Amino acid sequence: MGKKYEITIGIECHVQLATKTKLFSEVDNDARGKDPNTCVSPVDYALPGMLPRLNQEAVKLAVRAGRAMNAEINAYSRFDRKHYYYPDLPKGYQISQFYHPIIGAGHIDLPDGSKVRIEHAHMEEDAGKLNHYDTYSLVDLNRAGTPLIEIVSMPDIHSAKQAHDYCKELWRAMTFAGVTIGDLYNGNMRFDVNISLALPGAKELGKRAEIKNLNSFRSVERAVEYEYERQSKLLDKGEPVRQETRGWNDATGKTTFQRSKEEAQDYRYMPEPDIPPIKLSQEFIDAELAKVPLLPQDYRQKFSGVLPVDTLEVLLDYPQLMHKLSEIISDGESKEDLSDSVKKIIKRVANLFASVLLAEEKSAEMLDHLPSAKQLTDLSEMAEKQELSSTGAKEVFMKFFDPQMTKKDTRTIAKELNVIQENDTGALEAIVDQVIADPACAKAVADYQAGSEKVLGFLVGQVMKASKGKANPGTAQQILKQKLA
Amino acid sequence: MQIATKEITAESLVRAALDKAKKYVDYNIFISLDEDGAIKKAKAIDKKLKDGEDVGRLAGVPFAIKDNFLAPVGNTTAASKILEPLKSPITATSVKKLEDEGAILIGRTNLDSFAHGSSTENSYFGPTLNSHDKARVAGGSSGGSAVAVALDIVPFATGTDTGGSIRQPASFNGVYGFKPTYGTISRYGVVAMASSTDCIGFFAKSAEDIDLLMSITSGQDPKDMTTLPDYYNENRCSAVSKTVSLDERSVQHSSEGPKTWASALERPEEELLNTPQHKTIGIIKDFNTDALHPEIKSALENKIKELKSAGHKVIELDMPTLKYALAVYYIVVPAEISSNLSRHDGIRYGYRNQSAKNLEEIYGQSRSDGFMPENKRRIMIGNFVLSSGFYDAYYLKAQQARTLIIKEYEKAFSKCDFLLTPVSPNPAFKIGEKINDPISMYLEDVMSVPINLAGLPGLSFPVGETKSGLSIGLQLIGSRRSDKELLSFAATLGDNANLSDKKEQKS
Repeated sequence: MGKKYEITIGIECHVQLATKTKLFSEVDNDARGKDPNTCVSPVDYALPGMLPRLNQEAVKLAVRAGRAMNAEINAYSRFDRKHYYYPDLPKGYQISQFYHPIIGAGHIDLPDGSKVRIEHAHMEEDAGKLNHYDTYSLVDLNRAGTPLIEIVSMPDIHSAKQAHDYCKELWRAMTFAGVTIGDLYNGNMRFDVNISLALPGAKELGKRAEIKNLNSFRSVERAVEYEYERQSKLLDKGEPVRQETRGWNDATGKTTFQRSKEEAQDYRYMPEPDIPPIKLSQEFIDAELAKVPLLPQDYRQKFSGVLPVDTLEVLLDYPQLMHKLSEIISDGESKEDLSDSVKKIIKRVANLFASVLLAEEKSAEMLDHLPSAKQLTDLSEMAEKQELSSTGAKEVFMKFFDPQMTKKDTRTIAKELNVIQENDTGALEAIVDQVIADPACAKAVADYQAGSEKVLGFLVGQVMKASKGKANPGTAQQILKQKLA
Repeated sequence: MQIATKEITAESLVRAALDKAKKYVDYNIFISLDEDGAIKKAKAIDKKLKDGEDVGRLAGVPFAIKDNFLAPVGNTTAASKILEPLKSPITATSVKKLEDEGAILIGRTNLDSFAHGSSTENSYFGPTLNSHDKARVAGGSSGGSAVAVALDIVPFATGTDTGGSIRQPASFNGVYGFKPTYGTISRYGVVAMASSTDCIGFFAKSAEDIDLLMSITSGQDPKDMTTLPDYYNENRCSAVSKTVSLDERSVQHSSEGPKTWASALERPEEELLNTPQHKTIGIIKDFNTDALHPEIKSALENKIKELKSAGHKVIELDMPTLKYALAVYYIVVPAEISSNLSRHDGIRYGYRNQSAKNLEEIYGQSRSDGFMPENKRRIMIGNFVLSSGFYDAYYLKAQQARTLIIKEYEKAFSKCDFLLTPVSPNPAFKIGEKINDPISMYLEDVMSVPINLAGLPGLSFPVGETKSGLSIGLQLIGSRRSDKELLSFAATLGDNANLSDKKEQKS
């Protein structure tokens, strides 16, 4: 890279699990659009005498998340209390897993072929939120008790780009596995990035700064770039880099000091006595692992040679689209190797997804109402048989998203749109004859026969017009050529 | 336990209890009474009785709860300033189960603040006086509940036992006090002290009454993950009583030595909890030494003789690990206390110092004002043993020792059915005597705390009085989940004096 210092990065990522209820209480876990403190139970606001009740669904999702990071699932795990005082933490401790996490060592493969190892991942509860005003602050506990997994990477990342890619790949793995909604804007995944610099070949890593609470891949990348500049300037001047926590300001593009290591809390970890240890049977683990759908790494393998890499990488940002492709495969066949006909379908549907759907202004909404695998397979087969022109196929495809069309099969929709191409040569020949005989076309016919190839297009257009657009233009051209030869 | 009938109304039972509560107001037993609510509930029971509806197994029986049980009746103060204003929207599972059987809550009893203590002197509302001697402590931490039952205000009251807080005040006041196997009764809705040792239990006048209360309140609660499946009501033998009150029983079990047993054996079988079988009773050597108060020692010796003459086998046991129990207890329990008390921060409920100017002052001043000195002592010990660098040396080591203590008990119960020990080395001490000497106060718990670390059931039952009129209790300890057998066996052990009647005459 030609940079003076070698950068070493480790990332902790908090993932909110998409359970119906909170980790330890039976209130709604999805507080989006709800008034403050309306998704709060006495357990969440820590009324004395309240006890946590572990949500089994969260344990299941954690197991699936473990699979998505190629990690070992620990059959024995346990909760611990992490103590600190803050108004967004009602109990005065966070229930976390310090000594025995549920997910052991794993790794994430990045698109560039590199690998980032996962040290472990553990379950814990989210804290609430403080809203600050001029002279006071208000606490909103809607988020308090939301289940999280915290994924701790090894310091295997060595560039801003790689940090970006790791976060993105982690996001893909978690959303593909269906363990989180993955809405970064709403904080469903948050990244703490530890960054240190050292001269190449140095025996020890430099002192690290931790940038807390980044919530986009881009901000991770920019924060790393900024920290490289900041820390390398200090080192160049011979000044020490302090071990400290820093915040990120997206507007200024800078990190700012928050607190030093000396001010760090002693969390006084203690085993959580209100929750017995979790002992997972192999059957439980296997059942959950079996529920994990295909992951980005699986798709890369499956579609290599079927789809161009850049199309695939675009589509991998949309788990719904990839899962739909996977549905089409399982509809078609169950074998490992895809047949040529399935490959053709996949290619065609992937193209519709990448160049038609994603180009739409309302594509985000449309992702939630994807057509059925059957509709898409039929569409692709009709196009293959040239029953649909590429324009007709697009038209039908878009019509799939019309709420009134969801129950209708592809052919019915194509008929309603009147876009099925006329491939019957007998019928087409009649139309061609009609066009050739048309006095309005006499000059064109004469010109063609005199050697002007250009006018063929005009004549095909006339055939299309006469067929009300249903003629297959390729076939029409062939017949014209034969007849005028 | 008198249950309401068409003739003896719930209202009359409840009014009598309320009258007595007011009569004994100088004992400082209750933090709050719910007169209107209780009478209203009694009238509802009476109406049901009149209409021939089902009224439950505790119809119209007045009872009191230690003031660390949540219920939307009065404030749940835990005898502290910091929770003094707390009105709970929640009813503790145990209280709900009792109310569902028709029992009527009349009030909340005094305790050491947050149940920290062995005398009820650490209450924000002042000490409760001993039922036998007003100059002495009621014991604790469930002192109010013990005295409420001892003075016959209510036939039963709830308590919590983290290190002896039911058994010790029971022995100081001459009543039965039972701490079940850990996890038998749901802790949901009870202000936590130390989650891994806290147990809900009862004060009553007989083992049979406690058996009934246990059969009502035990069982798994989805709201408390540490509760056990309901072993208590499994294989419930049909011979288990209708309730037999202390008075009724003491007629047959008068203090006439072996005859007690003979007469017990002659009772019709269905009136007995169990046909007495010959059991093996273990005596822990270290808990039967000259360090005991002489009258407690002789009470223990007498009971041993009684047991032998009734045909039971008595063996002596060496349990050397138990001498570490108190040290282990005062590491594990304060650690959990410091953690459980963290939620009292003046932010969401309870007391807040109104002159606090920023967040740190809200925390610091609210907690400083709101906790009693003993609370603070335990918070500091707890924070110390959990702090990084000390965790392994204290907390972890204590947990390892705890495992050894559990194993020691398992070994003991491979040799005997029950253990018999004093509850505390001395009878009730004077108010103020130990309040400034925490170590000597802690030492009074040396015989009660070990079973909390092992989660075992223990019953404190009265065996008589000292010459100066202080009550003496002994403790019967069983293996995990032997609660029912333990209570059945205890029902065959008569106490040596009819204390209840004496108190009536004294006051």
